[in-house]
Amino acid sequence: MALLQISEPGKSTMPHQHRRVVGIDLGTTNSLVASVISGSPTILKQIDGSNLLPSVVHYSKDKILVGKDAKNHLGKDAENTISSVKRLIGKTINDVNKDHFPLNLADGDGVINIKTSMGIKNPIEVSAEILKTLKIVAENKLCGELMGSVVTVPAYFDDAQRQATKDACTLAGLNVLRLINEPTAAAVAYGLDKKPRGCFVVFDLGGGTFDVSILNLSKGLFEVLATHGDANLGGDDFDQAIVNFLNDKYKLNITDIEIQSIVSILAREIKESLSIKKEVEVLKKISGIEIKETFTQEQFKILVKGLINQTLKATKSALHDAKLNNEQIDGVIMVGGSTRMPCIQEAVKNLFKQELHNDLNPDEVVALGAATQANILAGNGQEDLLLLDVTPLSLGIETIGSIVERIIPRNTTLPVAMAQEFTTYKDGQTAMIIHVVQGERELVDDCRSLAKFTLKKIPPMVAGAAKIKVTFQVDTDGLLSVSAEETTTNARATIEVKPSYGLSEDKIKAMLQSSYDLAEEDKASRALAETKVEANQLIELTQKALDTDKDLLSESELTSIKNDLSELIDSLKSSNNDKIKEATKKLNLQSESFAAKRMDRSIQKALTGKSINKLEF
Amino acid sequence: MAISLTERAAKRAKSYLKSRGKGVGLKFGVKTTGCSGMAYVLEFVDETSPDYQVFESHGIKILVDPKSLVYIDGTELDFVKEGLNEGFQFNNPNVKDSCGCGESFTV
Repeated sequence: MALLQISEPGKSTMPHQHRRVVGIDLGTTNSLVASVISGSPTILKQIDGSNLLPSVVHYSKDKILVGKDAKNHLGKDAENTISSVKRLIGKTINDVNKDHFPLNLADGDGVINIKTSMGIKNPIEVSAEILKTLKIVAENKLCGELMGSVVTVPAYFDDAQRQATKDACTLAGLNVLRLINEPTAAAVAYGLDKKPRGCFVVFDLGGGTFDVSILNLSKGLFEVLATHGDANLGGDDFDQAIVNFLNDKYKLNITDIEIQSIVSILAREIKESLSIKKEVEVLKKISGIEIKETFTQEQFKILVKGLINQTLKATKSALHDAKLNNEQIDGVIMVGGSTRMPCIQEAVKNLFKQELHNDLNPDEVVALGAATQANILAGNGQEDLLLLDVTPLSLGIETIGSIVERIIPRNTTLPVAMAQEFTTYKDGQTAMIIHVVQGERELVDDCRSLAKFTLKKIPPMVAGAAKIKVTFQVDTDGLLSVSAEETTTNARATIEVKPSYGLSEDKIKAMLQSSYDLAEEDKASRALAETKVEANQLIELTQKALDTDKDLLSESELTSIKNDLSELIDSLKSSNNDKIKEATKKLNLQSESFAAKRMDRSIQKALTGKSINKLEF
Repeated sequence: MAISLTERAAKRAKSYLKSRGKGVGLKFGVKTTGCSGMAYVLEFVDETSPDYQVFESHGIKILVDPKSLVYIDGTELDFVKEGLNEGFQFNNPNVKDSCGCGESFTV
């Protein structure tokens, strides 16, 4: 029994058509995946039960480890253990300082090559391993294949870095609905996109990086006005401040790696405790030296004052770049685990003189926002879809009688691919014109013509025997590609068009309106066109039959068939659906016995001169 | 004629309604579709309508349209965990057969 989730009113999906989508925060230190479950954005837990997947990949000769298992190799096998790959993606070897990475880096024709035990890997491949792990977690949890994902990137990522991130997703088998900026995702998580307008600050202090962004919201779209930050400032530096203090005071050996790693862990514990408690007592023996200390939040604040000031300075610079002052800010969002520190919260609050958005888990807020965005893009959400992300008008092809056969209905979420099978209309037909049209009307002339191309090399067969599969595919950028394929011979033809090109919103509205106004008329025109197609087919068949087998008919029979035939031809000149239908019916009836006689003759022909056992049935 | 929720399902539904911020209850129903005839509808409800029959179970309002009720009368909605997956499950006494995946059924 499949398990159900509660849908938004009117958004229940058909069975087997759930749109499973996720939001992914592909972080420098940790990565997360989230999805909207029964209306609530929820972090999907990793196999070990934790919410975070460390963004670390370890390559051995025949095995790839990702996450915690890989992290365990950081100390022992640094060369083959890649962390912070986000700092390398989309960059060339000239962009990075090789000394900052304990890896074997080399130039690889535009990308950075990383030499590992498993061979040369590039940052795209390494990121894809992390994404693959997240994808598996999500598909297990959501019980099925993902339709798409929204992946977050820092606001300052350039085109190359964004493209490389997209490539990593493709390599991991993830369909990217959209890349969105991390600060935007955070704002979405707090529901700020539902406000009419405003300017927001996103203060993101992670484990190893600090970013501050100024966002401007108008008409539901976020624009990044300015970003600032420090790629090498984060929670680790706050730990280091405590480490330095302890080293100084207790004269610890700073060259002894073992001692220093114990001190580091201790410092981290102190920092984290001070985020929930006013003071922490420490009593620990490190290689014979007894450490006895009481840390208070006040004391800690003094230790890290320089670091706090650095973040404030960057924030002020970003404000300056955005040409705003701190009173023009409508909201401040705290992102990243390090913003849990009370001293940071207090400093930011003082700067903007307002309460902070900090009630969501700062480690998860970006992934949660991405999941919300993915849900909206997939059309599962409470909100109506953005016009950009659906087909504004239906797409279809012309069939006999100038009738439009719709293949992708309007308002279908992008990306989408739909196929339909068509066949030939005449005996021995070897080519087919595919006329791609857009619009809601029933007849081709009332729709917008987008493109025309010909599928050739259809093998000659009787009418209706060929199977021609026409596939329409529209990607996220609205690019339509149409392909036609004769399935028995694989003869193929394709074309690409941009359907929205040159269509204004008003034009789309007008096209829709006319389809509503003229719905009745259109229904009638379509019916008439269909009747005409049928009539023409009958006329053609009858004429062909008369040419070959006229002698089967008596004089009177011939005359009445001929009469009915000309009556039908005449009726076609009018546009009277009923009249044509009537005439078609009459000729059909009249020629019934003729058809039976012809059938007898052809059977006789087939049987003549053949012995019974040579007959093929 | 009765429709109900298990306590577990009611608790979940309550928390989902709370985090959603609006909604008066849940709507149960069926629609004809799917590989085995019919499929369940489980949605949030923002407004009650006089056309619907209203049940209440563990403090959660359940709205059912009269057409659907004949197919799901006596149903109890449960919340279950299966390995990593969790979600709602209809225990419907009217079901004769369901498709392999259980997303649709016949009565």
